[in-house]
Amino acid sequence: MDNIEKLKKAFSEALELSPEEIQDDLSYGNKSWDSIAHLSLVASIENEFDIMLGSDDVIDMSSFKKAKEILQKHDFKF
Amino acid sequence: MTSSFKLEGKVAFVTGSTRGMGWAEAKLLTQHGASVILNGVHSQELLDQRREELKKEFNVDTDAFLFDAGNFEAVQNCYNAIFKKYKRLDILVNNAGILEDNLVGMIRKENVEHTFSTNTTAIIYNLQFAARLMMRNKSGSIINISSIVGKVGNEGQVVYGGSKAAVIGITLSAARELAHLNIRVNAIAPGFIDTDFIKGLTPEKYQERLNSVKMKRIGKPEDVANAVLFLASDYSSYITGQVLGVDGGMIM
Repeated sequence: MDNIEKLKKAFSEALELSPEEIQDDLSYGNKSWDSIAHLSLVASIENEFDIMLGSDDVIDMSSFKKAKEILQKHDFKF
Repeated sequence: MTSSFKLEGKVAFVTGSTRGMGWAEAKLLTQHGASVILNGVHSQELLDQRREELKKEFNVDTDAFLFDAGNFEAVQNCYNAIFKKYKRLDILVNNAGILEDNLVGMIRKENVEHTFSTNTTAIIYNLQFAARLMMRNKSGSIINISSIVGKVGNEGQVVYGGSKAAVIGITLSAARELAHLNIRVNAIAPGFIDTDFIKGLTPEKYQERLNSVKMKRIGKPEDVANAVLFLASDYSSYITGQVLGVDGGMIM
């Protein structure tokens, strides 16, 4: 599984969305991505990539696109 | 022998665990089966020595991190390491604390900043990262060490009392916010306990404090550790947002 598939899997599991619904423009506040789901999403991403994100990353992660950028900072390629 | 407190398989982190109450807490949690991660700020040597002592007494390999619990980046790195190795955290004891008495009019900026950083800010930082690890298992116990001074105040302790009263506010708010994740947050308010904190007292002050303890004895670090063990275990599974006094009936 490549990184984009892993990230989509983390999103789809945490937010209970189908893979097709997970696009770059998916953002915080849309669909099932609310404040309660946010930390579950973070945990899901952390489990998938085996890292613990910093607090700034958690706060800044406001879209699927942004999540990719944050992971790129942690040396994951997309 | 398996402990009835059932902490086997649980991971605990105790800040400020090389001396006094923190060390007693770390030892007791280890004795009852938890994998305890140690923390100190002053001496790598003492931290290593404590690891050795736990190894000798309980045959466990303990992780130990030297850092200031009020340093955000250091805290973040510590939880990163906990995540990498254990993938979980079940118990956090926010124990690290400092005490510097200063009368009003003689309080330095550095005194305020240092005291609040260690006694208060550190608790928020650690609690935040710990909760993120605990929520994965929908289970956890966070124990914050406040003080009787945070509840009733004391002369010369405007700064210390403020920093410890804030711990109670943090505890009550976090308890409400994290309850739905089955993460319990409680505070302990120790009274007059035999630690390095009391070394600076004159014999007269010591006696005066002792006289205010209805049980007529100074508390031992182990007295506080026993309360930590209770709050860490499932014996307190329906208890959250409480401030437990461990003070022998002290009236200040």
